[in-house]
Amino acid sequence: MTPTILAIETATEACSAALLHRDHLYERYELAPQKHNSLILPMCEDLMHEAQIQFSDLNALAFGCGPGSFTGLRIAAGIIQGIAFAHQIPVIPISTLRALAQELYRQKKATKILTGLDARVNEIYWGVYQLDDLQLMQAVHDDQLVKPAEIYVPENSGWIGVGGAWQVYGEQLQNILQDKLIEVVPNVYPTATAVILCAKQDYLQGKVVSAEKALPVYLRDKIVK
Amino acid sequence: MRILGIETSCDETGLAIYDSEHGLIAHILHTQIAMHNQFGGVVPELASRDHIVYLLPLLKQLLNDANISLNTIDGIAYTAGPGLLGALLVGATVGKSLGWALNIPTIAIHHMEGHLLAPLLEEQAPQFPFLALLVSGGHTMLVHVADIGHYEILGESIDDAAGEAFDKTAKLLGLGYPGGAALAKLAEQGDHQRFHFPRPMTDRPGLDFSFSGLKTAALNVIQKSPDDMQTKADIAFAFQEAVVDTLVIKCKRALQQTNLSQLVVAGGVSANQLLRSKLNHLAHKLSCKVFYPRLEFCTDNGAMIAYAGYRRLLKGFKDDLCIKAQARWPMDTL
Repeated sequence: MTPTILAIETATEACSAALLHRDHLYERYELAPQKHNSLILPMCEDLMHEAQIQFSDLNALAFGCGPGSFTGLRIAAGIIQGIAFAHQIPVIPISTLRALAQELYRQKKATKILTGLDARVNEIYWGVYQLDDLQLMQAVHDDQLVKPAEIYVPENSGWIGVGGAWQVYGEQLQNILQDKLIEVVPNVYPTATAVILCAKQDYLQGKVVSAEKALPVYLRDKIVK
Repeated sequence: MRILGIETSCDETGLAIYDSEHGLIAHILHTQIAMHNQFGGVVPELASRDHIVYLLPLLKQLLNDANISLNTIDGIAYTAGPGLLGALLVGATVGKSLGWALNIPTIAIHHMEGHLLAPLLEEQAPQFPFLALLVSGGHTMLVHVADIGHYEILGESIDDAAGEAFDKTAKLLGLGYPGGAALAKLAEQGDHQRFHFPRPMTDRPGLDFSFSGLKTAALNVIQKSPDDMQTKADIAFAFQEAVVDTLVIKCKRALQQTNLSQLVVAGGVSANQLLRSKLNHLAHKLSCKVFYPRLEFCTDNGAMIAYAGYRRLLKGFKDDLCIKAQARWPMDTL
């Protein structure tokens, strides 16, 4: 039996929620900067109505835990903490960069993906992901917070770039990667649906945490100079 | 009715449970002061990060202390503003989703309404209508309180809040941050003859305040004076006298102007002993009664939010599914 999982993703300008129930995926997605706090709970409620489920039907909760907008990450973590604590539901945090890679696979069937999000102050969040036999994106290297010049560069070629960092530092990144990069896809964001796809496998492997451990992964830990 | 209150508007994570039959049944507070102290002020991002780590462990502890289960809670109140947006969002998000998941109402609370109602948690509680002096690190205002949600601001600070002036002057005196309470302590050793500071805006009609000039006056004196402890104590004394006198003069004016006979004093500075003794004296002279929260509820806490939530839910207010948080939120729009 596939698990029933509710997931949210609010780390970027995109706000989304998704529900997996009896192998069916229910989704809500909106590109809505600064509106996540008014959209996210109605989205979740909508999904549960549509699938006609109760909180007690949920086997797990999942969320994009970062890296990304600090406030966005805390909105997702806070929502998940509240629901998880209310009903003692296990939680699966999923890397935002992994969700972005999984989303690109879903949209374009791309299998080797270089994800980058703008982290401001001349740094980016960088993740290198490759598809495994279960059609799930797996990290080739740990997610990084780096200057564009210091990114982890994979050994082989055939990589596709995705994420906001490519809009800001595209030329610089292309110069570093040279012919290892075959394409850059604009305007794709991490989604709750992609989070669920990754989380399902984690759930089956028992990789879950309790409500109070549903915390953001900021990567940037130096806040005060 | 049993209400959970959540306060995360600045540098303290406060939670409490108020019960309509048993009163306040539990409260808990985690302060971040030590963490921010090393930076000489509150670092908003660090505040937000701390709130999201501590909120649920504190809630667990609270329920444990109160020996009650989560599903006996009938409503959740959270501070929605004013304050640091990122910090507010943590309490708002967790509170809101907890309420949604438990299928109980939630209510967004104005932080200053929480402070204003805090004295109502005491046995000797004021009755509506009353005059309130809200005086903290973020606010200085005189409010005519007709009822829950009926607030008319009679006067407020046009620049620094009184508590802010205390903290900034304390910093100039080398007393760390936030050093308002340390300044008051140091003032006890001060000579009342040596320095004199103005009582800003008391020479003209009106109920507004201004404290930034006082801080500048203190800076000038500090720069011209020797750097010994007695001098610092003397400056602290004169500074505290000036702030307190100014607050007392405006309270007197407001009581006379409104004909109200009850004064509520709340917010962090309401813990100041000189202010309390001078206001008690004023109240006695004017045949008024003055009310304060207990000392631990002068500063930010979850109890006042739980109580304000209880009073609002009782009146039938409740939120929709939008998570409400706003850094600025004029109190008279409530």
